[in-house]
This record gives sequence, C-alpha cells and structure tokens, in this order.
Amino acid sequence: MIHIDIVKPLNLASGLMDLEVDIKIKDGAFIAFYGQSGAGKTTLLRILSGLEIAKKGKIEVGGEVWFNSSTKINKPAQKRGVGFVFQDFALFPNMTVKENLLYALKKGDTKTYVDEVMEVVGLSELHTRYPHQLSGGQKQRVALARAVVCKPKILLLDEPLSALDAQMRSKLQDKLLEIHKLFGMTTVLVSHDVGEIFKLCSDVVWIENGHIKSQGTPKQIFFKHKTSAAFEFIGELLEITQNEMIYILVLHVGHEVIKTIATKDEIVGLNIGDRVRVITKSFHPIIEKL
Amino acid sequence: MMNEMFISTMLLTFKLAFVTTVILLILGTCIAYYLSVSRSHVKPLIETIVSMPLVLPPTVLGFYLLVAFSQENFLGRFLQEYFGFRLTFTFGGLVLGSVIFSLPFMVHPIQNGLAALPKSLLEAATTLGKSKINIFFKILLPNIKPSLLTGVVITFAHTIGEFGVVLMIGGNIPQKTRVASLAIYDQVESLNYHEANKYALTLFVISFCVLLLVYIVNKKYFAKGFK
Repeated sequence: MIHIDIVKPLNLASGLMDLEVDIKIKDGAFIAFYGQSGAGKTTLLRILSGLEIAKKGKIEVGGEVWFNSSTKINKPAQKRGVGFVFQDFALFPNMTVKENLLYALKKGDTKTYVDEVMEVVGLSELHTRYPHQLSGGQKQRVALARAVVCKPKILLLDEPLSALDAQMRSKLQDKLLEIHKLFGMTTVLVSHDVGEIFKLCSDVVWIENGHIKSQGTPKQIFFKHKTSAAFEFIGELLEITQNEMIYILVLHVGHEVIKTIATKDEIVGLNIGDRVRVITKSFHPIIEKL
Repeated sequence: MMNEMFISTMLLTFKLAFVTTVILLILGTCIAYYLSVSRSHVKPLIETIVSMPLVLPPTVLGFYLLVAFSQENFLGRFLQEYFGFRLTFTFGGLVLGSVIFSLPFMVHPIQNGLAALPKSLLEAATTLGKSKINIFFKILLPNIKPSLLTGVVITFAHTIGEFGVVLMIGGNIPQKTRVASLAIYDQVESLNYHEANKYALTLFVISFCVLLLVYIVNKKYFAKGFK
C-alpha cells in the first residue's frame, strides 16, 4: 500500500496554488493520475519519487516512511528504488542501449537480466545503438526497460507516450500492460488521454487545480456525468461569425475542424481560443469499422 | 645561441600553458559544476569574480597580485617563509597569475555545457540510485566533451598569448619567466624583426591550428546528433 498525503505550493503560469492530495494506492495496482496540464499530476509523481520535496505531509510505502514533514524524515530519491520514465526519455547520450540498461542494473544482479529485459521490450537487435540513432518509440522502450531493469517497487510513468504517434502509442500500451503483468510492480501513469487510461489502468485519480476531483475505476470516473446516448468532446473555439439570427462556431475537436451553429444566448461568455465541451445527443449513433 | 634561446622560450611558454590548463581543468570543472547546481546567494558574486579577468586589463590583475604577494605583506612573507613560494620572478608566480587570468575561459564553456544538459539526465540517474560523484563522472562529464575540449583548448591558447600578467609578475627573465609573447616584445624593442617574426609566426600558426581543430571536432560531434 502506498499512502501519499501531502501539501506542496505550486508556482504556475496561472498563479500560485496548493497541491493538496491524499491518495492510497494498492500494491500491484496500475493507477492513472488524470487531469489537464498544470493540474499538479507530474509534480505529484516527482514528489513520490523524491525528486521534489513536499512542504507538509507524509508518504508511506509498504509500511515504510519515505517522507514525514513533522518528524523530518526524507528518504533521498537515490534510495527510494522507484523506476521513473521521463517525458523526454532522458536516455544517457554517451551510452549505447545496452550500456544505458547496464548502468541502471543494481550491484549484485547478473548482467543476463539486462538481456532478458531487452528481449521483453524487443530491444535485443538495437542494443549497440546510441540514443540518437533511435526513433521516438524505440527511445521510449529503452527508457521503459531502463526503469524496469533495476527492479523497482514502483514504476512511475510521466506521460510516457504523449510524444508518439497513435499507432506506436497503441503498441507501447500493450507493452506496458505486458510488463505490468510480468513484473507486477505498482505502476503510476500520468496521462490526459482517456483512451489510454481505459486500456491500461484499474484506477484513476482525477486531479484538478491541485486537488482531487474524483477517484475510482475508469468507468466510474468517465461515465459518471454522461447520459448513455450523449457524446462529449473537448475542443477549442477557433472562430465565431454571425449569420443573420444565428452564430456559426468553428471548433477544433480531436483532429477535426467542425462547424456548428449557436444562438445568441449560447455564445455569451465564449471567446476565441476557449476550451469548450461539445455535447451531442444521438439516440442511435452509427458505428463503422475503420 | 639564438636558436637555443628560441627553443627554451617556446618550451617555457608551452610548459606554462600546459600546467595552467591542467590545474584549470580540475579547478574550473569544480567551479563550473558548483555554479551550475548552486542556488545560493553568493553565486552571482562567484560568477563576477570568475568573469573579472574578461574585463580587467591584465596589468590591474598583475598589480594586485604583486601587492598581495609582496614581501611587505603578511601573506607574501608567510608563503616565502613556510613554503618557500615567491610570486615575483618565478615560474610558480606565472602559473598562479595565468590560472586566475584564464579562469573564465575554462569555467564558462563547462558551465554552459552543464547548463545545456537536460535536467532529466541527472534526475534519471538519481532515481536509478546513483551517487552525485558517480553521476558527475559517468553522466555529466562524458556528455559535455565538446565543452571540456573548448575549455581546454581556449585556456591553453589564451595562456600562450598572455602578455600583461606575465610581464607584471614574471619580469622578463630569459629561460625562467620569459615566454614567447614577451620575447616578441623584447625583440621588437631591439629592432630584431626577423627574430620577433619567428616567435610571432609560431604563435600565429599554433593558435590557428588549435582553434581550427576545436571547430572541426565540435562540428563532427554535433553532426552525430550527440547532444
């Protein structure tokens, strides 16, 4: 069981705010921290890893105190034994793929373990390459393998797939699932991709403005405020034009630009560039295989 | 006779540059590392001190070194009595002056190199349980090789070209403190242009080659995408 109960002031572009959360994570869970960028998800991950220190509170992992502000305990990041996968991969440019993994290997572990892990993530043929000779997806697999090779108790993934294209993302999501099954370590994923969370995670913590908005299984979280036949998308307002009595809105939703109409009342308070929620009701949506 | 003098002067010049560079490589790397990680209030002060030789005339630095290490002073007397170290007219004095005067040429490239490394490299190594010393030697230094090379080469070349400080501190004693740049001055003063040209051309060619080498190596390094 991991128990994080911390307060940390955040200095964001939108101003000062407190990150204040109390989360319990079961051993072996695959949990997501979900929310908009700037909500405090990554900071929370960094606090758990020891790369940043909370102002107040405590962190307990498997009965061991990692951090407690009142007793001034702070286990340094070097000793926490977490695997961290960074958004920018953070591969060591001076080392080959294999050397990156060997560097991560704990003292006393046999080098053949590196070969095993490389096999699992499908890196065996790339082991002599340097990071600059790898594609984004390959770099991500190395970063993942490197985090796993030191047998961490907890695996922390900071938007690990956000820089990749959809196809590669899907492939690596399968890999993540496979690794989680194989090694069974508690895994925390920071993501704002609902699809990804549905596919991978058993639990979600929705963080908004530094606080927990809701917490539960992906189904509980993402279905809660939707009626069964309504679809909801988040988009960006690109243009408003008036056409006699009605207004035409141009929206950017997903990878599409769509036009829709609105009445005068509906556009009150809307500005170009706003993030908007588009809800459409359909009693019988048409679904076609691609 | 002249030839012997030329060789010994050039040897002394290179010896000074070599010793200065080796000392600065160690000292400069430590200072650069400190400056790249420090959030202390004294950091701007240290940065200022390191950069002072860039703006000060070498004579100012030489003058204060002379005053500081003068036998009239406690420091000068202390060093002379207990360590037998004299600043004026000695090779040791030249090295000290050169180290201080070339400090920014070593510190700045290394500091920039360290600052340009993604912070996540250091953090990744930290989460892997590595100590700061391990990270410094295995991750940071190997990934700023071009900066180290730049620092070494520029420091070396700059020390060879030094004039003001060595003149102030070293005097101009043949085979002891007379380096090439002083020899040129000396030869020109006695209207010995041919001999002056020998020194000048040697310095010119060496400096040119050294800088060319740096740029070629750095270009190759970056062409590999090895950032």
